[in-house]
Amino acid sequence: MANKKIYKTESGELVYGVMAEFANPAELSHAAEKVRDAGYTKWDVYSPFPVHGMEEAMGMKQTNLPILVAIMGLSGATIGFLFQLFVRHMAYPIVHQGKPSDAWQVLIPVTFEFGVIFTAFSALLGMFVINGLPRWNHPLLRKDRFLGVSDDRFIIAIEAADEKFDAQGVKTMFEKAGATAVELVTEEADKRKVKAAH
Amino acid sequence: MSAINPDQTTAARLAGMMRAPEPPRVDDPVTKDGSLVEDPAVRAPLVLGNRTFNDVTETVCGYIEKGPGRWWMPAFGLASSVASITGLMVGYLIITGVGVWGLNNHVDWAWDITNFVFWIGIGHAGTLISAILCLLKQKWRTSINRAAEAMTIFAVVCAGMFPGIHIGRVWMAWMLFPIPNSNAIWPNFSSPLLWDVFAVSTYATVSLLFWYMGMIPDFATLRDRAARRLMRQGDNAPTLPIVGVRVDQLRALIYGALSLGWRFSSRHWHTYEKAYLMLAGISTPLVLSVHSIVSFDFATSVIPGWHTTIFPPYFVAGAIFGGFAMVLLLLIPSRILFPGMKDLITLRHLENMAKIILTTGFMVGFAYAMEFFVAWYGANAYERDVFVYNRLMPPFLAGEDGKYAPYWWAYWTMIACNVLSPQVFWIKSMRQSPLVIFIVAFLVTIGMWFERFVIIVTSLHRAFVPGEWGMFYASWVDILTFVGSCGTFLTLYLLFTRFLPQFAMSEIKNVMPQANPHWEGYGHHGHGHSAGGAAAGGHATHHAPQAPKEGI
Repeated sequence: MANKKIYKTESGELVYGVMAEFANPAELSHAAEKVRDAGYTKWDVYSPFPVHGMEEAMGMKQTNLPILVAIMGLSGATIGFLFQLFVRHMAYPIVHQGKPSDAWQVLIPVTFEFGVIFTAFSALLGMFVINGLPRWNHPLLRKDRFLGVSDDRFIIAIEAADEKFDAQGVKTMFEKAGATAVELVTEEADKRKVKAAH
Repeated sequence: MSAINPDQTTAARLAGMMRAPEPPRVDDPVTKDGSLVEDPAVRAPLVLGNRTFNDVTETVCGYIEKGPGRWWMPAFGLASSVASITGLMVGYLIITGVGVWGLNNHVDWAWDITNFVFWIGIGHAGTLISAILCLLKQKWRTSINRAAEAMTIFAVVCAGMFPGIHIGRVWMAWMLFPIPNSNAIWPNFSSPLLWDVFAVSTYATVSLLFWYMGMIPDFATLRDRAARRLMRQGDNAPTLPIVGVRVDQLRALIYGALSLGWRFSSRHWHTYEKAYLMLAGISTPLVLSVHSIVSFDFATSVIPGWHTTIFPPYFVAGAIFGGFAMVLLLLIPSRILFPGMKDLITLRHLENMAKIILTTGFMVGFAYAMEFFVAWYGANAYERDVFVYNRLMPPFLAGEDGKYAPYWWAYWTMIACNVLSPQVFWIKSMRQSPLVIFIVAFLVTIGMWFERFVIIVTSLHRAFVPGEWGMFYASWVDILTFVGSCGTFLTLYLLFTRFLPQFAMSEIKNVMPQANPHWEGYGHHGHGHSAGGAAAGGHATHHAPQAPKEGI
């Protein structure tokens, strides 16, 4: 990483990357395959809905979220079970309906609810953490063209941080892949970053 | 209109100033709106009118940005006035005591718990549609899941109120929480009433998370549309009166905060879909458990008529039955009040829901019959008498002893509404007619309220010894509290139609044929195919914009 290049426009703005628009999901998938085969690593595909087969087209790895959620869910159930056992057996032991205070059967419904609530929160919050959300600003979100993605546009963006990034090369590749428009995306005007780059 | 060039039209539509022109429609005699296809080889379209992705966005966002129409304000005024009755009645109850209800020593649960079970049951259809139909890959759910999930939340809000206020001393409600009270006494974890607290609060929380998660991409769409309009309109953007804030500025801020910076990245979508699937997976056993636990409130007691092992599946089936009826009660008027919805909620959607009503109607019918069978087969005199002389026997069929069930009219209302009325759905033209479906759904909703009334009040009003016998008469506070809760529900639903996306836009776009990269309209290679159904005529233009290639 020693020879990491820093891209700037002539006016001195840092370059975030290059984005290209494609006409439809089919074109988008084909283009994603080309970008994947060209060996880029820091890039992403933006579409109004999850395009079928995009994981393969992008060469994406399966997310670890299910493992995280399973661990959290089971921990939640365990916590719920032990908590009830503590209450019923230690904090306030009562013989109720002739059952011993450490009977486990009556604890199952609430144990299940504890497991469910931990699972639900960890699925949602884990998704945010893995995706780096919430994030209220992003260089792409300042592009008028990019805002169309939430409606009906399809865009691929390659970041300048990618090892193989070369503005002209990326542009040529996108055009060959059938992009209807290619645009340069600059970082947000953060003075400190620009200064550090000098 | 033809004088405006296509670019201006597109710009106007993107800026939210113009709606897409409606193509004239002619209903097909067989397939009606086109969704009632008989041929099993042909997949019924889920979105009608050869809509483009942009049309879906316009339809859904249009009702938020331009308002649902002139009917909304009067409807909201009426609903919120009725809702305010809830506040008055609850306030009156708290300052006076539960004696203001018709409860007495014999019937100590009546409308309060009836309303609780009624509302919580209604919520279940929302979770069924969003979770179970998701796991079963039923694509038709995408058009109705958002509204159904919203309905779930609002029904749970109405439901949650009743157990909270029926305890009498409302300020002691904190004793429901799993914390020791001032005498170091903890709640009893072996009580179904405590399980119920956990089940319902978990259900409310998970439903809210599920609903919110589904809306994140749609919030982002609303945010981006507002941001784009601000860019285009500049200083001409409309502002709020008095405050002077630009409306779109406010939208970009609020929807932007709610969307958490969602930017439709495929890597995000991948995790999102996994998380969504897991939430659906966990909601499925949850929804089944919630009404099972609600039924334990009754089934674990020794009251004849309650002490029944069939209660959990019977309650769950009844909840889905009543919930689907409420979904239909909301969506059928919505199709009229929001004309753009007819392309998204097709007659096929209504027919499918009518079939679910018919199926679950049979399940509850079976449960009603099975209760009688077990009462007879179990040979318990008390239980048999509860069913025959507390519920079934009308006065005109009473034997020589003159014994009859005082609440026979409630029981037979339940049977007529829940078992008999859905039978019209055997006839195809009936289950394809929105009016008939609406009427049946209305009857089912009444029937399901009576089901809970029958279970609770008729079982309690005559217990083991005649000294415990007594009738229940609802007081005006009982009635107005229930009416008020309906108003609360409707108020929340109207607010939802005004400010939140009523459809899961990204999910609907995903089930449209042109969302598939292998759709025949794209060919298998080559460039320059325009998306969005060439048959749509004027709509295809937005998809392959001939934007000038911009250099770097």
